Amino acid sequence: MTSKSKWLSAPYLLWAVVFIIIPLGMIFYYGLTDKTGAFTLDNIIAITTAGHAKALRVSLLLSLISTLVCFLLAYPLAMLLAQMNTRRHNFIILVFILPMWMNFLLRTLAWQTLLEKNGVINHVLSFFHLPALKIINTPAAIVLGMVYNFLPFMILPLYNALSKIDKNVINAAYDLGAGYVYTFIRIILPLSVPGIISGITMVFIPALTTFVISSLLGGGKLLLIGDVIEQEFTRTSNWHLGSGLSMVLMIFIVINMILSAIFDKDGEGSML
Amino acid sequence: MNKELIQLIDISKSFDGQMVLDELNLSIHENEFVTLLGPSGCGKTTTLRILGGFANPDKGHVIFDGQDITNIPPNKRLLNTVFQKYALFTHMTIAENIAFGLKIKKKSKSYIDDKIRYALKLVNLEGYGNRMPDSLSGGQQQRIAIARAIVNEPKVLLLDEPLGALDLKLRQEMQYELIRMKNELGITFVYVTHDQEEALTMSDTIVVMNQGYIQQIGSPESIYNEPENAFVADFIGDSNIIPATMIEDKLVSILGTRFACVDTGFGRNKPVDVVIRPEDVILVEPSEGIIQGIVTHLIFKGVHYEMEVQACGFEWLVHSTTLFPVGKEVGIKVDPFNIQIMNKPESEDEEAVAIDI
Repeated sequence: MTSKSKWLSAPYLLWAVVFIIIPLGMIFYYGLTDKTGAFTLDNIIAITTAGHAKALRVSLLLSLISTLVCFLLAYPLAMLLAQMNTRRHNFIILVFILPMWMNFLLRTLAWQTLLEKNGVINHVLSFFHLPALKIINTPAAIVLGMVYNFLPFMILPLYNALSKIDKNVINAAYDLGAGYVYTFIRIILPLSVPGIISGITMVFIPALTTFVISSLLGGGKLLLIGDVIEQEFTRTSNWHLGSGLSMVLMIFIVINMILSAIFDKDGEGSML
Repeated sequence: MNKELIQLIDISKSFDGQMVLDELNLSIHENEFVTLLGPSGCGKTTTLRILGGFANPDKGHVIFDGQDITNIPPNKRLLNTVFQKYALFTHMTIAENIAFGLKIKKKSKSYIDDKIRYALKLVNLEGYGNRMPDSLSGGQQQRIAIARAIVNEPKVLLLDEPLGALDLKLRQEMQYELIRMKNELGITFVYVTHDQEEALTMSDTIVVMNQGYIQQIGSPESIYNEPENAFVADFIGDSNIIPATMIEDKLVSILGTRFACVDTGFGRNKPVDVVIRPEDVILVEPSEGIIQGIVTHLIFKGVHYEMEVQACGFEWLVHSTTLFPVGKEVGIKVDPFNIQIMNKPESEDEEAVAIDI
């Protein structure tokens, strides 16, 4: 790189230092110190206390379920999209991306209104004399919110990976005598692994760290690890504990990112 | 000629209302190397895909070894395809690629191992079994694609422009390889290409196609020496296609000058096209020629010189090992048997019309 083009990166470098490097440094500082400023690991070990451990367990469970549901919904759709001609699939992809242009908070609030005891859905159900839906403020509502918000992040990398598979590779499998199921398991699925891994990453990490979805749709009854951390910062004002717990969460994110770096060499997820 | 193995009967196919094949009829014999040759969009690849089972004809039947296989899916057909751009399974080793079809047929491990070794030997890539496809060159990958197909012992191997992605030198080598493999295996090859040189080099039979119709079927020699219409003459090699009048049997008037020829049966004073290959145009001293002209262009092509000669209002393309410089006045002579007479198409469209086979 010439010295001239080095300067082009200066604005971003400044940004990164101020808004990424320094805040990260602060998290590590607060996470590893107590109120007096002395070094301690207590804030990290705090994850093992019953309440925190439960929040982490619930978070992991719900985000795993959401990721699985997203995967099961997205894979067949992505396969369909990959087989379609360009004009039609561009339209359908637009339909799926459209909600992403709307504010994340608004979308989740909308679900709250829809799912409420006296919300739109229950009005419609009672009109048809059907039993009311009671999923607001339950884990099911949180999973629904996660799936709704993060589904496009699963569809796009899967679609990207599947559409890269040469049609003739699939034809070659049929040509060599393979049936549909065998071709899917031995050819299509393995060749789409990069897309699967980045789809999982792009859904699992935001789902694991969310606190908006759980507080809006979970009614504050079920604390996710994201809620716990948020409360430490905003209500209890214990930045040390909040930072310590954030660092624990970071470990899971780093593990996930390492996995995706190993499997997603083509960068299927980087288009987002 | 060996017995008929494949018959395509009245095959029609259109995509989005566009006719790609129109009532195509074709017979392919056992142990024959058949090449479907034509420009892109002529229907050759569609014909191959219908044979392989990857496309269904709108109309017509595919008969294989006496059985109608029109509606049989590709995985149940006794033929294998070598695809354009190889279509190897990149997540499997070379050996796993080759074993793919055999594992589906539940062959024993020792049988599969033997077959892999045999196939790798046949394509001159012994010891490559544990490599991944990405680590091989284009030519090597193409040979693996062939190995993967032939271990299944198909009666027919379909090849869809398999050498299209290779450079010239490699392509020529692979042409000889393919001929050797075909002779060694003793099976039928159906080969699709737009490269006329490739077709002439390898084929027993060439099927020239254009706009969904078969233009001519014949041996490479007959296709080259006796093209049946202007399209074939123009597509196969360079040629001078000149409007002319057949005065009587064995006498044709080309650009107002009478030339002796060997064709008969075209009638008297009938407008025709004549084809003269550039290497059949003989340049001599002006006094010795039947017509006279002036050399306007000269290019050295290696084996021969390519010249353009302006004579009687026509630009003659000439290949000759003797150099005649630009601006020189020359005479043109053509031997009677090198003048190929063709019926004139009555309209533009008719150039594409099916010929009776």
